[in-house]
Amino acid sequence: MTNHYPALIVVLPLLFAFVVSGVAWVKKSLCFPLTIVGMGLSAGLSVCLLGRVATTGLVEYRMGGWETPWGIGYHVDYLNALVVTVVTVLAFINLIATRKNVVEETPEKAGAFYSLYLLFIVGLTGIVLTGDLFNLYVLLEVASLTSYALIGMGNGRAPMSALNYLFVGTVGGCFYLLGVGYLYIMTGSLNMVDVATLLPQMYHSSAVVMAFIFCLVGVGIKMAFFPLHMWLPNAYGFAPTAVGSLIAPLMTKVMVYVLIRLILTVFSVDFAFVILKMGDPMVWLSSLAIVAGAVFALAQKNLKRMFCYIIVSEIGYMMGGAWLGNNTGMTGAILHIFNDAIMTLCLFLCAGSIYYRVRGLELDRLKGLFSKMPVTMACLVAGALSIIGVPPTCGFFSKWYLISGGLEAGQYGFVAALLFSSLVNVVLFFRVIEISYYGDFEDHHGHGSSGEAVMEAPASMLVPLLIVSIGLIVVGLYTGGIVNHLINPLLLKQGFLG
Amino acid sequence: METIQSIKPLIAVLVSICVVPLLVLCKKPNLREGWTFAAAAVKLLLVLSMLPVILNGNQIVYTLVEGVPGVAIKFRVDALGMLFACVAASLWIITSAYSIGYMRGLKEHSQTRYYVFFALALSATIGVAFSANLLTLYLFYEMLSLATYPLVTHHQDREARAAGRKYLTYILGTSIGLVLPAMLVCYHLTGTLEFASQGFLAGACNRGLAGVLLVFFIFGFAKAAVMPFHGWLPAAMVAPTPVSALLHAVAVVTVGVFSIVRILTGVFGTELLGQFDFGVIICAIASVTIIVASLIALSQDNLKRMLAFSTIGQLSYIILGVGLLSPKGITGGMLHIAMHAFGKITLFFCAGAIFMATGKRNISEMVGIGRRMPWTMGAFFVGSLSIIGLPPTGGFISKWYLVLGTLEANQMTFLLVLLGSSLLSAAYFMPVVYRAFFPPPGKAMFENKVGEAPILCVAPPVITAFISVVLFFYPEPFFRLVSMAVRFIGGN
Repeated sequence: MTNHYPALIVVLPLLFAFVVSGVAWVKKSLCFPLTIVGMGLSAGLSVCLLGRVATTGLVEYRMGGWETPWGIGYHVDYLNALVVTVVTVLAFINLIATRKNVVEETPEKAGAFYSLYLLFIVGLTGIVLTGDLFNLYVLLEVASLTSYALIGMGNGRAPMSALNYLFVGTVGGCFYLLGVGYLYIMTGSLNMVDVATLLPQMYHSSAVVMAFIFCLVGVGIKMAFFPLHMWLPNAYGFAPTAVGSLIAPLMTKVMVYVLIRLILTVFSVDFAFVILKMGDPMVWLSSLAIVAGAVFALAQKNLKRMFCYIIVSEIGYMMGGAWLGNNTGMTGAILHIFNDAIMTLCLFLCAGSIYYRVRGLELDRLKGLFSKMPVTMACLVAGALSIIGVPPTCGFFSKWYLISGGLEAGQYGFVAALLFSSLVNVVLFFRVIEISYYGDFEDHHGHGSSGEAVMEAPASMLVPLLIVSIGLIVVGLYTGGIVNHLINPLLLKQGFLG
Repeated sequence: METIQSIKPLIAVLVSICVVPLLVLCKKPNLREGWTFAAAAVKLLLVLSMLPVILNGNQIVYTLVEGVPGVAIKFRVDALGMLFACVAASLWIITSAYSIGYMRGLKEHSQTRYYVFFALALSATIGVAFSANLLTLYLFYEMLSLATYPLVTHHQDREARAAGRKYLTYILGTSIGLVLPAMLVCYHLTGTLEFASQGFLAGACNRGLAGVLLVFFIFGFAKAAVMPFHGWLPAAMVAPTPVSALLHAVAVVTVGVFSIVRILTGVFGTELLGQFDFGVIICAIASVTIIVASLIALSQDNLKRMLAFSTIGQLSYIILGVGLLSPKGITGGMLHIAMHAFGKITLFFCAGAIFMATGKRNISEMVGIGRRMPWTMGAFFVGSLSIIGLPPTGGFISKWYLVLGTLEANQMTFLLVLLGSSLLSAAYFMPVVYRAFFPPPGKAMFENKVGEAPILCVAPPVITAFISVVLFFYPEPFFRLVSMAVRFIGGN
């Protein structure tokens, strides 16, 4: 049984997705518990898998017993074990935290919602675990299609944004598929490891170069890498609460994982950095992404949309780190996948509980919230500190690695961009904190109360939120462990030292 | 010298964090304040229990976790850290007593929040004192910035918001914009951030880069209020008076200068600073601040603002002392951390007590108040003597060593700066005291009905003033710590 962990992580949510959509016809109230079970199993197995990978270093799995490169193989090393754990555990926490939002925002569609939720996880976990390039495309489309549907469930402009996202996302998927097609033409194989062994003789072929560029653009669109980010703020901003806090922390981070996987495993570091010399331009573009995301975020008047632009900026962090071409930068990028997922979840969950009580996320509606929702706001502050990069939250440590990597590579523009975005984040979050700390001045001297009676969010939202916020600090303190036990061995194995 | 592994420093830091849930959950004010006192007492006892170990020439070390290779979150208690921790922990108890008197007397709102963040600020302060490396110091420095924000903006009115903005802009802007990159460059150059007796930068960078780093660090720790990054301090005077006292004497600004002293001695090392001839630059930066701040203080009518500018000047004494790079100068600078703290906290306590009893904030409205509030103004007098640097107060001792330091380093210009600034501070303090006790005939502003503030607001300044005097006759504990710290820097 233990040998089947990698497959079960993907297959169990799939099974439960069908069960949930079936059960929805009979008894709607069963949908949520069933989803919890499916998600919980998947998350538990991921943690076990991570434990096994941490000791053995690599877990191979062949679908249906077919030998690779003919069959589909799952090739689980430190990197995907880490990412899949993040994906499943955070999706599980989000599922619990947003239950009340779902009941309220999509009351009639619980069955569809929860089966789509599980299918989305099927897509993401599959993308992360698979060792097959085409299989990755299929699961990418599974994840994308379900996310279009999930976002489209929202009110107001959500369906329109979902449609927009669908158009752009499909283009991105096509680019990636084209890239894979080129690779298949050149090598005749789709297995990542197999392709990697076949490619070195063809590094200078323009078809391989084109394949890489197509894949890069495709993945870039899907991860909302500036200037391909246009779809993101609307799609994530207008999505139902539970969907925003599911997709925003996970989807973009998984796409960064795909890129790092392509660089490290498929195309090799030599190809990306030495032969193509993509390092410098990509780092510059990332610096631009960081600055642009920060500036756009400043212009937002809605909490969730502000978070969306912060994601655009954070994507720049990870892309820049990955393209610095040194060990430290790559460590920072991988660490930031992990950390950014947690911080983003923290922020979106806060937005979720505020929305649940206040019914709006425009900045001026947050007045006086500190006295009304102290716990939620404290968690928001924790998330904010992590995004700003204040120790000992985890955001500080990944930023530390990214900046050190930048200094090592002599990319001072990137370093400056990171510091600039930290400062902008201070402004962004303290603007929010200020508004919610002071309230109205009419009834001054702190006894301010603004209009409607708002109380703290229910415990079902607060407990997961608190766990996530405490996680920010715990993960920060255990950065050394994560780097030493998971990231360094990975980079050593990929020959990424120096 | 032995290095002892012990968890005590960590506990000393965490005590006041651990008490936070108790403070929040307590519904009864008396019980809540009881917890504050308990935490303060435990903290002081823990700090004092480590004192004999340090005085015997040992160090206490505790490593929490290693976040980045080569840089752990690590505590080290040495003589300098111990000096600062003793000052902060002992003043916390007195300030807590004063807070109770002040906050209850004025029926301030959100008192629980006030005590919670006060406790957090103290944790951060002790954390800074016991940091073994730059990363740990930065961690607690930032924690202090954030923990003091709700204290500074306690009144939550428009003025508080403006002050809070200024506070954060200066403090977070400089720490993220200047200290963080400088710290990363240090790490990039040397692979370590661990404070060493002669610094760790020697041989790792040339004079130009070292100069840039020095400037980044001195201005980056804006809590030290070195001009032109001093603007937040007068603005932060909108806070309740116990907070100002905390800001000025116990925590914030002292943490700022302490950090700079740590950087100068533990990162650069006095030898490297001397070799690159940076001493004069440091002293010059400090001198400008000393003189300009004293001149501005002269023109202030609001008592708390005057005290704020006085603090800005006094802090730079400490930096100047270390910048002299001579043993006596460094001794004077480090001693001044303690002496200034006791003197300045007295003055703030008095300013608060006057405000409580009369509602007056301006010096021009305090004519003849000494007759009505003799204890308060008596303490104020002693505090101002200490700040001016006159016997029989502790301030004299530190200033004495600073002056000796300038002679030892043969820096006559800075000797003049010190003496000039003493005159200036006499010029802004003495009229206040004089007019309080000896109003011109018929100009006394207070009727018989005005009396002393409540006992909890009068006793603390009297106690701290008394300690200031005691420190003149018996500076021994602090003096021994400082001379140990200086010997440690000397390398023998």
